[in-house]
Amino acid sequence: MHQINCPWCGVRDEAEFQYQGDATKKRPGEDASEEEFFDYVYVRENPKGWHTEWWHHVGGCRQWVKVVRNTFTHEIHACGGPHDKLSVPKNKKGA
Amino acid sequence: MKYSALSVLWQGLTGHKGWARAWRDPEPKPEYDVIIIGGGGHGLSTAYYLAKEHGVTNVAVLEKGWIGGGNVGRNTTIVRSNYMLPSNTHFYEKSMQLWEGLEQDFNFNAMVSQRGVINLFHSDPQRDAFARRGNAMRMAGIDAELLSPQQLKEMVPILDFENARFPIQGGLIQRRGGTVRHDAVAWGYARGADMRGVDIIQNCEVTNIRVEGGKVVGVDTNRGSFNAKKVGMAVAGHTSKIAQMAGIDDLPVESHVLQAFVSEGIKPLIDTVVTFGAGHFYISQSDKGGLVYGGDLDGYNSYAQRGNLPMMEHVMAGGMAIMPAIGRVRMLRHWGGIMDMSFDGSPFICKTPIKNLYLNGGWCYGGFKATPASGWCFAHTIAQDRPHALNEGFTIERFREGRMIDEKGVGPNPWIQ
Repeated sequence: MHQINCPWCGVRDEAEFQYQGDATKKRPGEDASEEEFFDYVYVRENPKGWHTEWWHHVGGCRQWVKVVRNTFTHEIHACGGPHDKLSVPKNKKGA
Repeated sequence: MKYSALSVLWQGLTGHKGWARAWRDPEPKPEYDVIIIGGGGHGLSTAYYLAKEHGVTNVAVLEKGWIGGGNVGRNTTIVRSNYMLPSNTHFYEKSMQLWEGLEQDFNFNAMVSQRGVINLFHSDPQRDAFARRGNAMRMAGIDAELLSPQQLKEMVPILDFENARFPIQGGLIQRRGGTVRHDAVAWGYARGADMRGVDIIQNCEVTNIRVEGGKVVGVDTNRGSFNAKKVGMAVAGHTSKIAQMAGIDDLPVESHVLQAFVSEGIKPLIDTVVTFGAGHFYISQSDKGGLVYGGDLDGYNSYAQRGNLPMMEHVMAGGMAIMPAIGRVRMLRHWGGIMDMSFDGSPFICKTPIKNLYLNGGWCYGGFKATPASGWCFAHTIAQDRPHALNEGFTIERFREGRMIDEKGVGPNPWIQ
């Protein structure tokens, strides 16, 4: 199973976490347009490959861990906190 | 050739040397009236109904692997039409009616077994919610019945009725629901489409969708480029990727893994379909004796076609909670599929902003039971360039328009849908 390196607790099993989806979507400000809110709520790149996503450590420190994981191989490239800038390997073109 | 008892008898007497290929393996033509991307249940069903209902036979189904190798080959075989929201109720009932006549229609044994589908409930409020759904079904002319614990005991005696956490207080049954042999569905539709002139092209992966002046003109593949007057996308888990090839990059879809399991073969234990919604578990028994069961999504984006141990253990725990008798049965096989989860749990069968390009997807984990009606409606939508009444709600625009079809009522969170 996925082994997620929580910056506060260390490497833990995926069972300790609640997935919270695409971490590249930024919640728009209050005065944002309807289109910007639609994009935030509904539009997803849904890559077959490297994906930056949230795993909420509900069974541990309850912090939000940002993870760069491959949705095809389940390999994890990097884990960090919400403010960390994580490198993302390039996705191969094609299906 | 037509399959019949006579053909089986004759072939048996003459050494079984006369069976013809079930479908051809033709070289693709440079141009088609319609290209369907995706040779799964829905793509093949669409091609079948295009040919049979609309006389559109200059069609190619392009499949990147082998037909039926995707989700139609990996599901838990359940068919039912016990939905509550109007857009879903009538659509799935159309599918149920097509299932009932399918084997005679496409001359193939799909083992359509209307053994009933039971949804267990464990509390008064849950009973009321299920009664509401049952009444919604009956108002639409669909069969639904509330079963008492006593009736359930007669039908499924090995359930643990006195379970402390989930006491079984009854169930909602749709007696016309049941199971269908999923591989046979792909093969039956493939054979039926092929015999009417549809080209089924396997090992043919689409790499680009060509759009000119806002209209689709063809596709590029690893077996060459083909022109088409119309293109229909029916690729389930890869919906986002295929749509992005045509420049459609704003779909509310996430691809997630759903696991399914089969046990070793045992003597007949369950002769119906039991779903334990509260515990995320559903089970039936195949004619070979294996228990066929599954649960919920693992809960993270995945195209891997396999899941992980936490959900496996959760599914087994769900099964143990209501039928501990299966505890010593061994799990024999497990696999995963790629579910294109839409943000309201309901599908797309619609036109797209690109002229003559059509979308069939967003089936989440419920696509198998929809296979006949999905193909039937998608064929109509493609042939007539407009949806049928049964699929007119299944649009991409519904999210912008506030017309979500959210059966579970949980909102735009794909791994909860």
